[in-house]
Amino acid sequence: MFDRIREKLSILADAAKYDVSCSSSGGNRKNTNKGIGNSSNGICHTYTEDGRCVSLLKILLTNHCIYDCAFCVSRKSNDVKRAAFTVQEVVELTMNFYRRNYIEGLFLSSGIFKNADFTMERLVRIVKKLRTEERFNGYIHLKTIPGASEELLKEAGLYADRMSINLEMPTETGLKLLAPDKSHEDVKKPLGYIQNTITQYKNEKKTGIIKSTPKFVPAGQSTQMVIGATPETDMEIMYSAATYYKNFSLKRVYYSGYIPISHDNRMPAIGSQPPLLRENRLYQTDWLMRFYGYDVRELLNPNNPHLDTDIDPKLSWALRNMEHFPVDINKADYNLILRIPGIGVTSAKKIVQARKFGRLRSYQLQKLGIAYNRAKHFIKCADSPYSLNEPDPLIIKNQILAESNSKYLKIAQNQLSLF
Amino acid sequence: MIIFVFDGSFNGLLSAVFEFYERKPKTVKLVWQKYHQPALLDESTLVYTDDTKAERVWKGLEKKLSKQGLEMFYKAYLSEQPEVLQKLFDFARYIFDNPKGAEHNFGNPYVLAIANATRKVDREKHRMKAFIRFQKTADNVYYAPIEPDFNVLPLIATFFKERYADQHWVIYDIKREYGLYYNLKTVTQINYEFIAGINTSKIKLPEEVIDETELLSSTLWKDYFKSTNIPERKNTKLHLQHVPKRYWKYLNEKEGEN
Repeated sequence: MFDRIREKLSILADAAKYDVSCSSSGGNRKNTNKGIGNSSNGICHTYTEDGRCVSLLKILLTNHCIYDCAFCVSRKSNDVKRAAFTVQEVVELTMNFYRRNYIEGLFLSSGIFKNADFTMERLVRIVKKLRTEERFNGYIHLKTIPGASEELLKEAGLYADRMSINLEMPTETGLKLLAPDKSHEDVKKPLGYIQNTITQYKNEKKTGIIKSTPKFVPAGQSTQMVIGATPETDMEIMYSAATYYKNFSLKRVYYSGYIPISHDNRMPAIGSQPPLLRENRLYQTDWLMRFYGYDVRELLNPNNPHLDTDIDPKLSWALRNMEHFPVDINKADYNLILRIPGIGVTSAKKIVQARKFGRLRSYQLQKLGIAYNRAKHFIKCADSPYSLNEPDPLIIKNQILAESNSKYLKIAQNQLSLF
Repeated sequence: MIIFVFDGSFNGLLSAVFEFYERKPKTVKLVWQKYHQPALLDESTLVYTDDTKAERVWKGLEKKLSKQGLEMFYKAYLSEQPEVLQKLFDFARYIFDNPKGAEHNFGNPYVLAIANATRKVDREKHRMKAFIRFQKTADNVYYAPIEPDFNVLPLIATFFKERYADQHWVIYDIKREYGLYYNLKTVTQINYEFIAGINTSKIKLPEEVIDETELLSSTLWKDYFKSTNIPERKNTKLHLQHVPKRYWKYLNEKEGEN
């Protein structure tokens, strides 16, 4: 008994780990019924040795699957050990972990066994049991199974905090190449249905006709795409992400660097390095779109279809658009201060508050927690000397690179540039 | 310069501020009694903690500071750092001597110091929410020993009370020798006697006092921690940054690794 459950957990956690989302934020479920748990800002209870956050118990209900998607470790043709949890096992695991403060909640996904509805129905049964019988108010992230009926999705949404469905590949062409049975249309339909239902519940709440409108997917929807398995450009990836953010009001798009798991010659070979730097740059771009007010077309466009590897996309943009700089710290609009490389959201807010008390000088800025050595090339403070020369972006770039010690930089930066 | 020696308590700190405005000395160095080393030429005075005076100062701060400002003041105090206590003293004077809203002047060194201390305490508070690991005892109490860098137990009591409303729990600060106990109704402060049967030098409870489900749950968690890792992405630097080594002994998934 002891050994069997241990084996199941190791198989079904291992198979679920390629889904990178582990967010537990955005929910606002309170523990009002003297039950157990609540969800609020998100807590990472530990981090794996690869540095990823562990917030949720992330498992598959089963890794049996009727599909044969080339990029997936659980594909039908793959020779791996298969296992399946019972409903009760998942409920007990979740509760035993949650009560010990190991996790914020459950992330439940599954391979497709028999058909979509059969699978979705099992998933719903688990979350229903957690919410109603265990009075569990912790975070639940539930996978939407493509092709499941709307009735099941609607029921699922009443228990889950977040639902997600993966695009898998950034473009339809890429997906068709590796998973001919799947299409982005199968993803759009349920995403749209849940989005509409969320809006519907919100509107009902506003009108106030029904006293207490139940929560419906309060933490919204997310999706994931695999990066580097198929040949899309960074521009194609981020344009696709931007479209889904816009059309389906997604809370998050996750980018998962492909880790070779098969000898399929359409994809990178086993043993090749996962594209971690590229993944990092894509997330930086995603952040710039969501929190810094950049339009994706400013960061990526036909002239710049790829993100720079040696510098981050915010610095890239600044160096390409030197006409906006230097920004006067004491006068500029908050949105412009946000665009200064080396200044983040928190420091930008501090600057805007602090300058009401008097013009800020460089020694004050240095203490505010900004990356001053980076920012100094792009700002003007009360005591900045007047400069006659137009700053040269290439010189600035080399100065910044010479000072940085990024783990990604393997080549010495003090070499002369030939161009 | 005059040295104010105080007992390190919150009311002691506020009493020192009161004392300052009563005597108006030029410059003051605030020293916690336990760190005080009298020197021949120093002029020092002992500040007595007076709850009435402290309350008057707090009332004064309430008039001048926003709710967040007051919260910052209290949180920074919980850092227990001698240099932060000095900065809190200076900060209080800065707030009293300036118009309302001065706590937003991040160009001022005292405001910045308090904001930074608050950020550190908040980070530790958040870490405790994450790193506390309960062990279930045979008599149905969930027990977690911990040793936070700062005195953050007062800041996490409500969080755990709301979240684990239907289970008895104890969170015990080994370093400061006090803890919190929740009895399904209220959270009370407990001292060492409450858990006197437990050897706090060992994190893991002995087998004879734990619940029968404890071993399996803990083992499954350790298994899960291993299975969810992706070895191809190994990044030790990032791992250590998020889970600093000093916390490992309290994390069962890191058992045997320190």
